[in-house]
Amino acid sequence: MPLDLLANVIIAGVLTGLVYGLMALGLSVIFGVVRVVNFAHGEMMTIAMYAAVLLFGAFRLDPFLAVLPVAAAFFAFGYALQAGLINPFITRPEHSQFILMVAVAIIMVNGLLIGFGPDARNVQTDYQLESIEIGKLLVDKARLYAAVVALAASALLFAFFRFASAGKAIRACADNHLGALVVGLRVKHLYALTFGLGSACVAIAGCMMILLVDVTPNLGPAYTLLAFVIVIVGGLGSMAGALLGGVLIGVSEALAGLLITPSAKSMFSFGLLILVLLFRPQGLLGRKA
Amino acid sequence: MLSVRGLDLFYGDAQALSQVSLEVPKGEIVAIVGANGAGKSSLIRAISGIEPASAGEVLFMGKPIGKLAPHEICDLGIGQVAEGRQVFPTLTVEENLEMGGLLPRARASARDRMAEVYRMFPQLAQRRRQLAGTLSGGEQQMLAIGRCLMGNPELIMFDEPSLGLAPLVVQEVLHAIRALNEKGMTVLLVEQNVAVSLKISAHAYVLENGGIAMSGRGSELLHDDRVRQAYLGL
Repeated sequence: MPLDLLANVIIAGVLTGLVYGLMALGLSVIFGVVRVVNFAHGEMMTIAMYAAVLLFGAFRLDPFLAVLPVAAAFFAFGYALQAGLINPFITRPEHSQFILMVAVAIIMVNGLLIGFGPDARNVQTDYQLESIEIGKLLVDKARLYAAVVALAASALLFAFFRFASAGKAIRACADNHLGALVVGLRVKHLYALTFGLGSACVAIAGCMMILLVDVTPNLGPAYTLLAFVIVIVGGLGSMAGALLGGVLIGVSEALAGLLITPSAKSMFSFGLLILVLLFRPQGLLGRKA
Repeated sequence: MLSVRGLDLFYGDAQALSQVSLEVPKGEIVAIVGANGAGKSSLIRAISGIEPASAGEVLFMGKPIGKLAPHEICDLGIGQVAEGRQVFPTLTVEENLEMGGLLPRARASARDRMAEVYRMFPQLAQRRRQLAGTLSGGEQQMLAIGRCLMGNPELIMFDEPSLGLAPLVVQEVLHAIRALNEKGMTVLLVEQNVAVSLKISAHAYVLENGGIAMSGRGSELLHDDRVRQAYLGL
């Protein structure tokens, strides 16, 4: 096999993987702080993809610009979902949280089916067919830009948690819930803020992903599963781990497509998951519990 | 400053507090003593709004606070140094202090207050960039007190501040509490270490099985035969 083909495929895998990573980052941040697993995560991803399709169809709004309104709307939606629906479930047993989030996911998938039908949708821009040549390497423009946006969004999120008061307060809540109550942090507000931020991550990832693949309502559960695999491979609760996991899964999927057949890609990512669970159950960058 | 009247608290069917009433006058140290499981921590949790009481009322400066959320109660000026210190282990010392200063009542003065905390506990200043989880127990207790002071409280509730600390460190913590009180801070002190808390408190309540069994001046209780037998082993 020619080496430059392999290199091209790996680069494409890394770039797609960064978008996966941003999606998984949302899941990881929500779980790490609120301790609720968002079983509707992939479904939210597909809603963001449909939102980008709609905005493109109605206003010719480029997905790179659609990122802003979609992320803002998702932030608001995520905040409201946590404040209105999930907060009352925080102290309930895990299985009732699970049922709640699965219900939200089912409503989303079927809402999309009612609204858009089962057919695949996409956006078509000029630059999706263009690529950049670097020596013998060919990099898709859309994929490269999508990865840059995903990286930038992740960097912003890192910076928020590192430097902003609200970001530090969210970390404090994740660190010690009782401690947060004792110093008078508004824990429920911070939980809602976290869910809003996680939702915004998934919104940005969705707007980027629509440049790379077609969307159908049934993609939702597949993305939820993918986000889990990434977060578990990278390490639950580790932000850098989510990005690393995303890149690894992206590359493994791309290699599966090259070496066997594209439909074998899940086999590779689940294989990776099993290896990680066997040899490093806390995830690559996770801390031991 | 703080009045608790007829407080009941249940965890499911288990009654943790029954008809607890007490007064914490401004500028004093009031101690709550009692054995493990007598309801001391439950009392603090009820006052701070973390576990809502099922009956009774809590008044702070004459205003009922029983229905308020924990962050609203903190913002009225009721600070708490919780049992087990409850610092944020993966945040730095400085970030821990910042978290205490986020209350609306404290935001404007947070910078000055941090300087004051560092003056009071120089060890914390030396370790300001260190993660709180890597501090010793005594240092974590200093940090928990400092973090509470960042919130500009009028009243501080200390829950078992001596628990798990070496005797010398206990002395240091008690010294800090007394120093705060001398500067005008009102203190509600909950302690297992009965001898120590009766010595430094103006007034004390003995909590048994979730109810107030006795109360009086600290020095009186210290010489009471029942207290001496039950809590001091004399």
